[in-house]
Amino acid sequence: MRLVTAIIKPFILHEVQEALKVAGVVGMTVSEAQGFGRQRGHTEVYRGAEYRVDFVPKARVEVVCDDEDVDRVVEAIENAARTGKIGDGKIWVVPVEQLVRVRTGERGPGAL
Amino acid sequence: MHYNSGDTAWVLVSAALVLFMTPGLALFYGGMVRRKHVLAMLMQNFVVMAVVGLVWVWLTYSLAFGPDIGGGVLGNLHFAALAHISQPVPGMAHQSIPQVAFVVFQMMFAVITAALLTGASADRLKFGAFVVFVVLWSIVVYAPIAHWVFSPEGWLFKSGTEDFAGGTVVEITSGVSGAALALAVGRRRGWPHELMRPHNVPLTVLGAGILWFGWFGFNAGSALSAGRAGAAFVNTNTATAAALLAWVLVEKLRSGKPTTLGAASGAVAGAVAITPACGFVNTVGATVIGVVAGALCALAVSLKFKLGVDDSLDVLAVHGVGGLVGTLMVGLFGTAAVAGANGLFYGGGAGLLGHQALAVGVAVGWAFVATSAVAWAVKAVVGLRVSPEAEVMGLDISLHEETAYDLENFVPSGFGGSVGSGTDRR
Repeated sequence: MRLVTAIIKPFILHEVQEALKVAGVVGMTVSEAQGFGRQRGHTEVYRGAEYRVDFVPKARVEVVCDDEDVDRVVEAIENAARTGKIGDGKIWVVPVEQLVRVRTGERGPGAL
Repeated sequence: MHYNSGDTAWVLVSAALVLFMTPGLALFYGGMVRRKHVLAMLMQNFVVMAVVGLVWVWLTYSLAFGPDIGGGVLGNLHFAALAHISQPVPGMAHQSIPQVAFVVFQMMFAVITAALLTGASADRLKFGAFVVFVVLWSIVVYAPIAHWVFSPEGWLFKSGTEDFAGGTVVEITSGVSGAALALAVGRRRGWPHELMRPHNVPLTVLGAGILWFGWFGFNAGSALSAGRAGAAFVNTNTATAAALLAWVLVEKLRSGKPTTLGAASGAVAGAVAITPACGFVNTVGATVIGVVAGALCALAVSLKFKLGVDDSLDVLAVHGVGGLVGTLMVGLFGTAAVAGANGLFYGGGAGLLGHQALAVGVAVGWAFVATSAVAWAVKAVVGLRVSPEAEVMGLDISLHEETAYDLENFVPSGFGGSVGSGTDRR
């Protein structure tokens, strides 16, 4: 099993969610995040004074999936989240040692 | 004594309108500070309503409007604790309202002038020291200048200065006093390098709206007559509108984007500038005063960075500069066709402009010197400033043991700090 984590632009979250549904994903976790990459932050102006804001708002999407599904999931997020402009985000994949469905106690891929 | 019930009703309603400006100001300022200091800002403003409300009836009303002790410098204690209040206001026997209505109307001016200082010294004053400062400041700084300009027995009033609703007494005084207090207490930690952006601009816009609303009482109420209030009422709106647009236009030209904070600030700058002029100018005057004030105040906010004075929320740039613009421009646009003397543009020559310039100079000098004296005295005796730890943690938690926004319980699932886990300390 793999954990796919994607940091994306918040406004594109709905498209990513739909793309993941189409890709057969049945569950995901979403959280608000802040950070910066090569895009850096942005500038805001209050009463003429410029303020450099380093951390820009992002959405973090996390999906646990079977090993054979991981490419499909990554591609779904990648295609849905890409605008071609700087700040589109990152996706990374890490192995998952164990997964438990709390309600039933199922272990492993059956708990997906 | 025959009072006019319409006039009296209008002045009493105006007093309530002006009272409402102070919580409006609290929101205007509160939105501009960082999240951890917002309650401290609201609290300072709110407590001024109580402190000045009491000091005024017991002492400072009489110092400002009591019978003159000689030379037009101060009133005596004839009306202290509102004794002899059934008599007419000295020099105002022709007015159609009872003195007690005038007392409460003028009280609200004393309240908001003191409250305005909180914007200059935001996020670092000790609460108790602030209360002590406000009491002393009301007596030492505000009462004398209110007497000089507002009381018919005051020396500036008698010299020919025209200040309809407080361009000098309220606006210049608060702006310059604020800067003096900011100097005495020192800069906020991290200013000007650290990011200190407004935490809630919607509060600021709501506050500006309340100020605009209340300003009709402030300015049109100062006519002390319902029948003569119309011109001041309309001029207030005209200048406020013009200044809002001017400020936003300056932003558009300077940085490309009109901002919400700029619109709110511009409206306040316009209302400030028309304050001394609203009963003396026509629509041309009100519009020009608004445009000039909106543009100049928008440019003046950068001055604090050049001067190195942390006037945190630009009280000097908005109230000081706006008050100066309006007070001087009475000398240009004042017209006897509305009321008062003719200014330079209406055939009156430079005489009125000279009276106005004198009043501006006196207000600036007095506010700076007298406020500095009070602020440094309080600093020497009880200290003005919170500890560095308290400032970093935020005044809300360190001075008041409160948090403005319970973001912990914002997620319904309630990670930590959920309902019922607190300890009742009563």
